[in-house]
Amino acid sequence: MTVQVKDTSAATAPNVLFPALKEAFIASLLIVALGLPLLGLKADNQGPDLVLTKRWDLLGIAVAVMFVGRFVLAFLRGQKAARQGGLPQEKKKSGDNSIARLLNQNAKVLGLLGLLCAILMPFVIPDANARYVIFISTTFMIYIMLGWGLNIVVGLAGLLDLGYVAFYAVGAYSYALIATHFGWSFWICLPLAGLFAAFFGVVLGFPVLRLRGDYLAIVTLGFGEIIRVILINWGPVTGGPNGIGGIPAISFFGIEFSRGEGGFASDFGLEYSSMHKIIFLYFVILGMAVLTNLFTQRMRKLPAGRAWEALREDEIACRSLGINPTNIKLSAFALGAMFGGFAGSFFSVRAGFISPESFTFIESAVILAIVVLGGMGSQMGVVMAAALIVLLPETFRQFAEYRMLAFGVAMVLIMVWRPRGLLAFREPTIRLHPKDHQASVKEAA
Amino acid sequence: MLEVRGVHTFYGQIEALKGIDVTVNEGEIVTLIGSNGAGKTTLLMTICGSPRAAKGTITFEGRDITRMPTHHLVGTGIAQSPEGRRIFPRMTVYENLQMGALRTDPKYFKQDLDMVYSLFPRLQERQEQRGGTLSGGEQQMLAIGRALMSRPRLLLLDEPSLGLAPMVVRQIFDVIKEINRRDKMTVFLVEQNAFHALKLAHRAYVMVNGVITLQGSGQELLANPEIRAAYLEGGSH
Repeated sequence: MTVQVKDTSAATAPNVLFPALKEAFIASLLIVALGLPLLGLKADNQGPDLVLTKRWDLLGIAVAVMFVGRFVLAFLRGQKAARQGGLPQEKKKSGDNSIARLLNQNAKVLGLLGLLCAILMPFVIPDANARYVIFISTTFMIYIMLGWGLNIVVGLAGLLDLGYVAFYAVGAYSYALIATHFGWSFWICLPLAGLFAAFFGVVLGFPVLRLRGDYLAIVTLGFGEIIRVILINWGPVTGGPNGIGGIPAISFFGIEFSRGEGGFASDFGLEYSSMHKIIFLYFVILGMAVLTNLFTQRMRKLPAGRAWEALREDEIACRSLGINPTNIKLSAFALGAMFGGFAGSFFSVRAGFISPESFTFIESAVILAIVVLGGMGSQMGVVMAAALIVLLPETFRQFAEYRMLAFGVAMVLIMVWRPRGLLAFREPTIRLHPKDHQASVKEAA
Repeated sequence: MLEVRGVHTFYGQIEALKGIDVTVNEGEIVTLIGSNGAGKTTLLMTICGSPRAAKGTITFEGRDITRMPTHHLVGTGIAQSPEGRRIFPRMTVYENLQMGALRTDPKYFKQDLDMVYSLFPRLQERQEQRGGTLSGGEQQMLAIGRALMSRPRLLLLDEPSLGLAPMVVRQIFDVIKEINRRDKMTVFLVEQNAFHALKLAHRAYVMVNGVITLQGSGQELLANPEIRAAYLEGGSH
């Protein structure tokens, strides 16, 4: 295809039409070949017999769509190339980057705007589907928070962690166990859960200090599994595969969300509604996620956070500059784990029931996918990728089994178009000449 | 200032350094020349503590640094521009320089930054550009600049001329001379480019297969027929 495009750019403008037609024709042939068994013929069960239905109309539509679409695409591209006389591929790439850069540069404004929307959302949403929307948004926020937490480890410090869900589990079980045994409130357990998770982060960090890349990934993968297996088998404490139920619900800083006297509604003179708790939970996770983000943003500007990024780039150089890689790696593991622990204890207070099933490898994979798809180290990218990964399967829910297909297609498309993530552009932590200088700043290839 | 006494270093079973004695006095530029695989970089790395010296001692300003962890070295006043420059490619020039000043008092930062920019005006022009997009020469300037940001008293340079155009090499060596003359910076320079290094250095060592075979003033070695034959034939590039 590249060859054809080059042809058009070399030739004079009127010659754009023919190659475009040719390209469209080839694409249509491809669709005929592919579509014949997939679309054109359909086998149906009719009683004991298998009946072959022929659906030529469907195939015809697919071919027509492909032909017209491909033709328009090739024609426009050819025209553009003929006009510019340059390589269209390159132009397109730099264009894509400028979008990413624009998003990143205005991250503050966009972030505040997004935050404002997130705060207003529960109040403007129509009552009919409020419960569902807020529930999904809460899940979305949990994943954003996990993504931001893991971003410290993977995105900033460059330590590939495939067992992040272990810290999520530690946080969740910490709250569940403390709350059910001692009856302590969520607000006391939250920091404790974070501490426990951070401790486990250090425990994991120590043996893997010398490992990098694939090897590190395998060990962390193993760690995630170890935690899950312990949860399943340590029945007397963790309840084994049955998990822990009856976890105390969240309270409004001591006031419970219950009907009648002494509850949240009566204390604030409101009519009781089960929505209060759901909205409150939503705001709690929103606040926690925002804190995670602010913390990371702040860290990036401080020596410790800067050292994470430096360590990702070059460990030997770091040493020669007086950075102790041990401390830096451990701090990244510990802090990343801590936020995982916070999110975990939130998960368990929301669900009221936890079991090892919630902390399987697929969770780690999803969180990692959020970080990678978003563009390693990009906070805004995490939000976009989390939206994609959490909200996309929800949106396509009515398509039943096809929704995972759509999910997979979206992932593949992202990796084709933006192989380094949605927002792979790393924004410098300091801008020296805010506006006039940007034009001259060149981008890394 | 820096004393290396009887240092042996091993890579597994292979003895890379076989009893090295090197002295660097305050205010000097001392160079170590030798061919590929002679052990020059190994000596520099051993001074930095990775790999460790198996035998012998290394002292800096009277302080034994033989077993000191690499990352504590900066605190003693030694800065290193490692082999292959090793700048941070995804960070901007400015951020790279900030990384160099990580262990120094922030009150000196502005002053040091201006000093580096005055030595390498090119870095100032490119301060918002990513390290990875710089040319080889600029990256070398950045590596030296970054090392200088830690306010060292001894600067260790590993092959600053590696892969650079002759004109750029001259420019970088001029700067080394300048910081030595103006700021009294002591420099220990490991080089393959013997001609430039010997011209610049007050004193020089020649290393062959992990042993120091010759030493003397830069001028002496430059005139030495053996050196001429081994390292300088092929012209004064």
